[in-house]
Amino acid sequence: MSALGELATLRRKGPKGKVTMAPSERGDNKAAIFFLAPWFVGLGLITIGPMVASLFLSFTDYSLLQPPNWIALENYERMISDVRLHNSLRVTFTYVFVSVPLQLAAALALALFLDRGLRGLALYRSVFYLPSLLGGSVAIAILWRQIFGTNGLINQVLAFFGIQGQGWVSHPDYALGTLMILNVWTFGAPMIIFLAGLRQIPEMYYEAASIDGAGRIRQFMNITIPLLTPIIFFNLVLQVIGAFQAFTQAFVVSGGTGGPADSTMFYTLYLYQRGFTALDMGYASAMAWLLVVIVAGLTAVNFLLSKYWVFYND
Amino acid sequence: MTDRDAAGTASSRDRSTSVNAALPPGPQAQAAANQPAGALTVAPVGDGPPRDDRTARPGGRVTPSAWPSRTRSVLKHGALLVAGFVMLYPLLWMLSSSFKPTALIFRDPALIPTEIDLTNYTLGWDALLHPFSHYLMNSFIIVAGAVLGNLVSCSLAAYAFARLNFKGRRVWFAIMLMSIMLPIHVIIVPQYILFSQLGWINTYLPLVVPKLLATDAFFIFLMVQFFRGIPKELDEAARIDGAGHARIFFRIMMPLATPALATTAIFTFIWTWNDFFSQLIFLTNPNMYTVPVALRTFVDSTGESSWGPLFAMSIVSLIPVFLVFLFGQKYLVKGIATTGIK
Repeated sequence: MSALGELATLRRKGPKGKVTMAPSERGDNKAAIFFLAPWFVGLGLITIGPMVASLFLSFTDYSLLQPPNWIALENYERMISDVRLHNSLRVTFTYVFVSVPLQLAAALALALFLDRGLRGLALYRSVFYLPSLLGGSVAIAILWRQIFGTNGLINQVLAFFGIQGQGWVSHPDYALGTLMILNVWTFGAPMIIFLAGLRQIPEMYYEAASIDGAGRIRQFMNITIPLLTPIIFFNLVLQVIGAFQAFTQAFVVSGGTGGPADSTMFYTLYLYQRGFTALDMGYASAMAWLLVVIVAGLTAVNFLLSKYWVFYND
Repeated sequence: MTDRDAAGTASSRDRSTSVNAALPPGPQAQAAANQPAGALTVAPVGDGPPRDDRTARPGGRVTPSAWPSRTRSVLKHGALLVAGFVMLYPLLWMLSSSFKPTALIFRDPALIPTEIDLTNYTLGWDALLHPFSHYLMNSFIIVAGAVLGNLVSCSLAAYAFARLNFKGRRVWFAIMLMSIMLPIHVIIVPQYILFSQLGWINTYLPLVVPKLLATDAFFIFLMVQFFRGIPKELDEAARIDGAGHARIFFRIMMPLATPALATTAIFTFIWTWNDFFSQLIFLTNPNMYTVPVALRTFVDSTGESSWGPLFAMSIVSLIPVFLVFLFGQKYLVKGIATTGIK
């Protein structure tokens, strides 16, 4: 069961959900403190402490060199009128809303294709999965910069067909597109999850449907898709959260600038520039909190909408 | 893995006591795990239930088709081979280009280099302040620390969540699950301030110590899943024999959990090796640069003039991940699949 599924279950069962335990297991508090000690320390010092600190810093003007200076809501007011911030949101939303559906569609299509007792399945699966392990690396971002460059691989291939290409990564209209292609290229991980999901669908459903005279398309629409919706939902939530935090590709392809003309200025890249290049750490903290709100909001919307299309078979 | 393999592993799993089953545990283990009704089943992932490979798959051979199955199969393999080739082309092309002179990279989209020339590798190796081995070593040290940290801290925490009955367990568990999804950006600024006040910037510590403190909660979750599949009867028997939790953890759970530990180690390796954001922030001194940060400096300092050496070092940087992928595939696939199944 996925982390999301667990959270949903915890919520459904309510706070008083009873877990019956053998008497021998009652009162493991001391042992629990021992086993959880590293995690507790990490949660306090590395996660929750910094969260509280960043919330505080978001109300200050802070450049590392002088102590933080309380300016109340000024950072948030600045965000309302910060055109580059608005642009970075637009860039990021476009990236997420275009590339994630395409990536999931590719993942699902390939998973359906592979899930039929195919000879050589293991090999195909590896081939399609490999890019998703490498896709986040600097090396691949470097490769992308060359492939979509003025004299890059794409233009060499286009030239072969007599088409004059252009510098895709250096053109404001296309640079973001190249990053989207990179994200779609990494569809292997969600594909693996889809494959596992397809294997969960009991064979007898198909047998029963086929006895009842349902054809392949009916079976696909009425069995495969509904039973797969929880997996689609899980992949969607995870990929949206992940894509919103994309950084490396844009940073390397644009040489850290988010260019050309801010067209690849991801939200995280702008946050990095404000916080760690301009040392405007108060503002960066405020931006980080907006990011949390957006990601949490999108996830919540996903959960709310899931009621209308996700089919839970329990 | 083909369906035949799947059936094979599944039935060998049936024969063995399900405890030895690869990640995740087989159905019997679940049944034996004595879980509260309706709760938290770990799906048998990756391979599915034992299945005769002649049984038709969804829509496969159940309905008669207009095309003879041989033609269909040829077409399908043809399509998959083309798709796979397109997917891998960029990688293969980078590999082949790393053996070509830079001038040729811009003219030659072909895959097979006319001659194998290692000049790019020797040039790239020494192109930066330090030889590339220096950056490889830095990366390896950080990866080793991270792997060790995650293995120890996450398995300890997972044991508590999977087996111990303590106050506020559900709440802590929910917090742990939510922390998986927390964007790192919201804590990176104060973390940076904290670590710089501790004098940890440009040391390995900011990249290793958090792992020792189980901040990669994803792996706690992964191991909780796995521990739940180990029959409780085993701990109870050990308990009756007078074993404490520490003993049960080290003598029973850890040996049985090797598949989960392997998955954790492999994922930690790849993610830490590829990680750029935090290494970029915490390592600003060229002596401390890791492979990704060094590569980034390389591309920014030389620009378009030396794609050959740049490609060569990019290939070098991908080799460890590729090797881990090659030898750890089984764990990678199962690890991903387990976490995705509701």
